[in-house]
Amino acid sequence: MSEEYVQLTIDGTPISVPTGTTLLDAAKDVDVDVPVICYFAHTTANGLCRLCVVEVEGARMLQAACVTTVQEDSVVHTRSPKVERARRTILEMLVSTVDISESPELQELVVDYECYPERFEGGKKRQPAIIDDNPVYLRDYSQCVMCWRCVQVCADDAQFSYALNFSGRGFDTQIATFFDKPLPETTCVFCGNCIGVCPTGALKAKREHLIEQGVAPEKVMEFTRLKGKKKKSHNSAG
Amino acid sequence: MVSQQLDLGELKSILEKYAPGGRNQLLPALWAAQNCYGYLSEPVVVAIGKALKVPLADIYGVIEFYTMFYKEPVGETIVRICVSPICTQRGSREILNSVCEHFDIQPGETTTDGKYMVEAVECLGLCDFAPSALVGEVPVSISAGATPQSWIQSPDPAPLGHLEGDPCWLLGSCGEVDPAEVKDYEGCGGFMGLKRTLQNPPEFVIEEITESGLLGRGGAAFPTGMKWKFASQAEGQPKYIVCNADESEPGTFKDRVLMEGYPLSIIEGMAIAAYAVGSHYGYLYIRGEYMRAQSIMQKALANARATGYLGKNILDTGFDFDIDVRSGAGAYVCGEETALFESIEGKRGFPRLKPPYPTDQGLFGKPTDINNVETLCAATWIMANGAAAFRSLGTEGSAGTKVYCLSGDIAKPGVYELPLGITLGEIIQKAGGVLGELRGVLIGGAAGTFAGPDDLDLVMSFEGLAENKYFLGSGVVNVINTDRDMKQILYSLAHFFAHESCGKCFPCQLGTQRQLEIMEKSVQGQLTNADLVALEDVGFAMAETSICGVGQMASTAILSAWEKCPDVFGLEESFNGQK
Repeated sequence: MSEEYVQLTIDGTPISVPTGTTLLDAAKDVDVDVPVICYFAHTTANGLCRLCVVEVEGARMLQAACVTTVQEDSVVHTRSPKVERARRTILEMLVSTVDISESPELQELVVDYECYPERFEGGKKRQPAIIDDNPVYLRDYSQCVMCWRCVQVCADDAQFSYALNFSGRGFDTQIATFFDKPLPETTCVFCGNCIGVCPTGALKAKREHLIEQGVAPEKVMEFTRLKGKKKKSHNSAG
Repeated sequence: MVSQQLDLGELKSILEKYAPGGRNQLLPALWAAQNCYGYLSEPVVVAIGKALKVPLADIYGVIEFYTMFYKEPVGETIVRICVSPICTQRGSREILNSVCEHFDIQPGETTTDGKYMVEAVECLGLCDFAPSALVGEVPVSISAGATPQSWIQSPDPAPLGHLEGDPCWLLGSCGEVDPAEVKDYEGCGGFMGLKRTLQNPPEFVIEEITESGLLGRGGAAFPTGMKWKFASQAEGQPKYIVCNADESEPGTFKDRVLMEGYPLSIIEGMAIAAYAVGSHYGYLYIRGEYMRAQSIMQKALANARATGYLGKNILDTGFDFDIDVRSGAGAYVCGEETALFESIEGKRGFPRLKPPYPTDQGLFGKPTDINNVETLCAATWIMANGAAAFRSLGTEGSAGTKVYCLSGDIAKPGVYELPLGITLGEIIQKAGGVLGELRGVLIGGAAGTFAGPDDLDLVMSFEGLAENKYFLGSGVVNVINTDRDMKQILYSLAHFFAHESCGKCFPCQLGTQRQLEIMEKSVQGQLTNADLVALEDVGFAMAETSICGVGQMASTAILSAWEKCPDVFGLEESFNGQK
């Protein structure tokens, strides 16, 4: 099948890309960096974080670059005042909700967009306790930005284990197992895909965590093995 | 554990009924199980998951999403007190407090004797009876001074409500006949539209609806004829007709009245749409709180089937069409068309990205025509009376009549069918005028905008309102007088959106919460100018970047209140929030 091309302008630079290309990929072609949080090349794009929004002249509202495909003769602005205002506000709301201390990319964005999250001081945060219920990894959902990648790779995007879904709704949505059960009691196969795709410190390998806590690398096995044996007698831990 | 004492025997017949449908039958199966056991315990959910072949984590996600599903035991009777912006104006939060005090419980808790659970809920669609509640399945209007003992222990069902039409095109004989009786309906001209439809080719029907200029009445005002044309031309089979009866927009109750009072007109409209589009399957998705409407619609469907207006070979024309009723379970966002599809498919009500649009890939990924209740009633009338007759009222851009929902500080709250194009003041006069001194009018619902006392000459048509940055929305006209606490109303608007955000996209998930916190400060008199700048930024981000209409409209009413009457925030003057 011969590819058809679309002409458009991104930040003043005219380019030609194949039909069906997303604005995010088209921007990369002209070396324009559009920030993303939820987008990941190997999972289905859901357009959740809206940080990648860009201004397309004539469009009713800002467009999420990760899921919007190029249109002929589009004129796209990736960092107009409207785009800046939207991105800054989303980041401020996110950072005032979630602990980003272990998310360097997010920290950089906060600086880049001159965010002032303190304006939402006193607002509700997401601060659930760390879940330590298995020998492989920890779940610290106070660092979770709700990008959904872990749920996606656990399900149809990779592993077909379906151990993870959601609890709550709206602001109080959280990644959850069936009736919030410890992972060893679920369909989780400990493939580690979710840890691999997590963009923040919300999912962390136990080994990494223990080393950070000052445990000598050669001693780590003792801790995880112990946990592994404990699992059988302490099912409801965590 | 309580759950282990449950006898799972009764579940067997439920599973036999729903298992063949798989995940698509998840919500009906959960409803049936909950109706049987009172709540959804772990063993019951495990059995449902096995039978319907749905991952357990996914079912848990569904139970957690919908507010009417319970995973813990609840009281024998659930008392749901409406704390929407409309009922709040009439003291529903005070009523909630007094009821909880009476039972010595907190909202969401059950009395120690296990008899009652009291919940604060968002709009119940009983705004003409505000302050209102649902006691079990009984919709009630809480009269002033009534003690909790009286209205909870012996609830008096609210009637259909005050109806008036000038003319009564869509309302027809609504409220005057036995609603589900086919003979009664035929007696006032019912099914004439379907008969005329079936005597003509589908193209004629689409042309007639297009000619009529009918715009969707659910809020988005999309041309109905064009939607039907797209669905009829779309590739793929089967095609579906969905009637959106998830009426949850605060201030809106017209679809409830139409379903309870004139259900056969909706069924007729769905059959007409099906014939035009080339569909044989329809879903009628009714919000979970509308229990009375659901049972009347079920009865009307059975009667329509028995008399040959639904099912195989309708009126001997060879055309087959049938309708399945689906109940929502407490989620405003499911009124968004793609979230509604997800819900029918047995999932959390997360709106999908668009495109693809429903007419190309809707329910089950197939071409789908989805219309609001009132839109379908209008289609029924048009097919019986002709496009020219419909155009004889209304304006150039807004043909026909609109069924308005009038509530608040007016003499006669209720449902009013009036020609499009008359003024806001005329509409209010039809309902007996304002009680007290007018402070403002909320037009279009929680996702609407406030008009001030000087705006009574606004022309109520889609184009007339759009010119002035208003939205007709679902036809809400909520009148507010100067005795009402505007800060409290704005707080309950913010509370509504924070409660109803699905949590999918960041701007709405986070923004509705931040907006609520700022409105909380406003109620407490602690608002600063910086908070108002933040409020504008939050509103901007939600409007410009949210995936669906819920987030896009979550700030319009609040920001419009600020624009119209900046004094509601207790600050000296409005200022433009440029940083």
